[in-house]
Amino acid sequence: MNRKYLDIKANPAICNTEDIPVLPYHEFNDVVSGILAEESNHCLAYFAVPTGENLQFYIAIADDTNNSIILTSFTAERKSAVFPSLAAKFFQLHGFEREIHENYGIQFEGHPWLKPVRFPFNRYNQDSVIENYPFYSIESEELHEVGVGPVHAGVIEPGHFRFICNGEKVRHLEIQLGYQHRGIEHLMLTKNSPLQRCILAENIAGDTAVGHALAHAQLIEILSEPVANETLHIERCIALEMERIAVHIGDTAALCGDVAYQLGQVVCEALRTTVINTTQLWCGNRFGKSLIRPGGSNFPLTEEVANNILKMLEDTGRRYVEMTDRILTLPSVLARFEDIGTVSREQALKLGLVGMAARSSGLLRDIRISHPFQFYRNFEVHPVYHSSGDVLARALQRKKEVEESIRIIQSLITRWKESKTTVSRPVYHDRLRPSSLAVSLTEGWRGEICHVAMTNAQGEIQQYKIKDASFHNWMALALAVRNQEISDFPLCNKSYNLSYCGHDL
Amino acid sequence: MNSAGIIAVFMAALIFPGIILRTKSIASGRKGPGIFQPYKDISVLLKKGSIFSTTTGTIFQIAPAITLASLLCAAFFIPFGKYGALISFDGDFIFFSYIIALGRFFSIIAALDTGSSFEGMGANREAFFSMLLEPAFFILMASFAMATGYTSFTDIFINFYLSGNNFMLIFGLLGIFVFLQTAMVENCRLPVDDPKTHLELTMIHEVMILDNSGFDKALIHLGTYLKFALYGLLIFNLAVPPAWTLPVQIACFLVIQVVLAVIVGLIESFRARNKMNKNPKYILTISGVAWIAFIVILLVGERFIN
Repeated sequence: MNRKYLDIKANPAICNTEDIPVLPYHEFNDVVSGILAEESNHCLAYFAVPTGENLQFYIAIADDTNNSIILTSFTAERKSAVFPSLAAKFFQLHGFEREIHENYGIQFEGHPWLKPVRFPFNRYNQDSVIENYPFYSIESEELHEVGVGPVHAGVIEPGHFRFICNGEKVRHLEIQLGYQHRGIEHLMLTKNSPLQRCILAENIAGDTAVGHALAHAQLIEILSEPVANETLHIERCIALEMERIAVHIGDTAALCGDVAYQLGQVVCEALRTTVINTTQLWCGNRFGKSLIRPGGSNFPLTEEVANNILKMLEDTGRRYVEMTDRILTLPSVLARFEDIGTVSREQALKLGLVGMAARSSGLLRDIRISHPFQFYRNFEVHPVYHSSGDVLARALQRKKEVEESIRIIQSLITRWKESKTTVSRPVYHDRLRPSSLAVSLTEGWRGEICHVAMTNAQGEIQQYKIKDASFHNWMALALAVRNQEISDFPLCNKSYNLSYCGHDL
Repeated sequence: MNSAGIIAVFMAALIFPGIILRTKSIASGRKGPGIFQPYKDISVLLKKGSIFSTTTGTIFQIAPAITLASLLCAAFFIPFGKYGALISFDGDFIFFSYIIALGRFFSIIAALDTGSSFEGMGANREAFFSMLLEPAFFILMASFAMATGYTSFTDIFINFYLSGNNFMLIFGLLGIFVFLQTAMVENCRLPVDDPKTHLELTMIHEVMILDNSGFDKALIHLGTYLKFALYGLLIFNLAVPPAWTLPVQIACFLVIQVVLAVIVGLIESFRARNKMNKNPKYILTISGVAWIAFIVILLVGERFIN
């Protein structure tokens, strides 16, 4: 076994904290550079854990070719902390280094964009407040700035967008977030009841309740006792795919709304309702809250609900395909979608995009395929991706993913009917495996969700890190609108539909 | 009977917005509100006070009233069939166009007065697009003036079909097309603008009135309804020969207004709006159609002039 890093071929992955190699920074830098130079590897999480006077830095990298998770670390004193930035070479790390810089005041030399991320209450520099965010600006007679938000006209979350425009054309967009910061990672440590943590996980991003709850449940299970109940695994996958279908259909509606195509909007909105109402029939909540719990389920799938899901999918699927076929061939809609907000594959790679944002730019990153979890381990998910990277590609991506998810649920339900084991009630463990680090990945509808937990010697959670796909993907939006018309920004924004609270935590 | 035109404008303004709304609702599978819902909304707004941003000045406060007044004023110039307009003089269509432009000018500077970057953007778009649209109206009216030999709305429309020449039918159709398109652009309907959107960055007209509230907002809404009615009446005058009897004309008038509103509603239901940078081309096309009428007159014109 090599001593530079730990390679775990499992999802969720677990190891003893002491098994993770601790390197000097320059060596850490070399090793990580070597790994990230490979196109198939991307960073899952990179964070610092305070241990007395020192900071322990951990990085988790996903290796898509070997289907493994790579872990390595280094230690540094809090005070003397100045390091050459890794983000200067690998821009995908920019967010992580910014976060570490914001929390602990570590300087990363050569970092191209060392700005605040989300203004946590215990940030290192208390003078850095949301009101004086250091915006990028250009002095010029020809250019003007347009600031949008944080309060918006529509029903969206708060976030500030600062455009630098030349007339109608956007030259630069800077996205400032942090308004939704609730300190979830901190709450995960202070709210010690396991049930409270589940509820917190469900509320990391309201539209990805199942995705985050599942990542959390997997993490707790691997840290206590893994569950090998196939029926439960299938049910969780069905819930995750239901969420994907509902959001994708809803976003198709929103895309139509943004280009004022009323028919597409109202039809897709109605279809989304049928999907989330079926989820409500299953667990009493339209967004699947309270459905995913560690160790078992409060709402085992019943024959009646399963048949309802099948019936709904057949009907909704047929109507959705019919409607999207019409939407995506209508000239006036195509004129708005084609060649708008293009993000190339190179840019996607550089930014470390994940999920549907990466797949619509031709970068096939799907945790269900690369790091299969739950029942995806014994089930093949067909990859769906597009190469053009524009709004049309993202609209097509949603359509195809809905079709694929419907196929997945249909065959999962067949398997579920064959493999009927009893699903037990959830188990809320107080004591977890001590001195361990666990990484749990799921593929939410937006993309990869990564939860990392570290336990101390007493088996209490000492550090909890959450990463929503939005954390990587917000930068894609900023690039997508460059040299586009400012009036196309809402469309580009909707085509990604990134999470503000998932980013702000 | 010279006030027939004004009464007709008010009637059209009364039913127009409601029918558009209802058509869109039905086309999207909903029941939709009653036809007079837009006016119920306005009556609510009229009862409210206005709130003014501290960055705005007098211009912002007087602009909605001036805009509405300019449109009311413009309504005096449109005849109803053989019943001439209340005010009519040679070249009154130029006055008509610029009295509307005066209202627009005030709404643009009022938007600039707020100092908001959105409203500035909207004002910029509004000014640009209406500038592109202006030639369409003038070229068309110039063709009509050449064809009939008159330069006021009343005279042009009364004499339009008198020559009995079939060519006039072509001008009538081209004119109806141009007026309908002009009405759509002027009122910021699809495909140029989307009155329903909540996205500040994509709006044209709506973004200019973001700061208006209560009473002022009601005036602005009334103005847009009136504007549609003005063009509706122009289209009616082109489509219906003045020689027909009054009951037939009234029936035709109502049918035309309803059909126009339904057409607008259907267009808005079944297509997406233009990309912003396609709008100039789209608007220039309207002028292009007006040019066709003009050139036809130039080529075969001599005969029509009495």
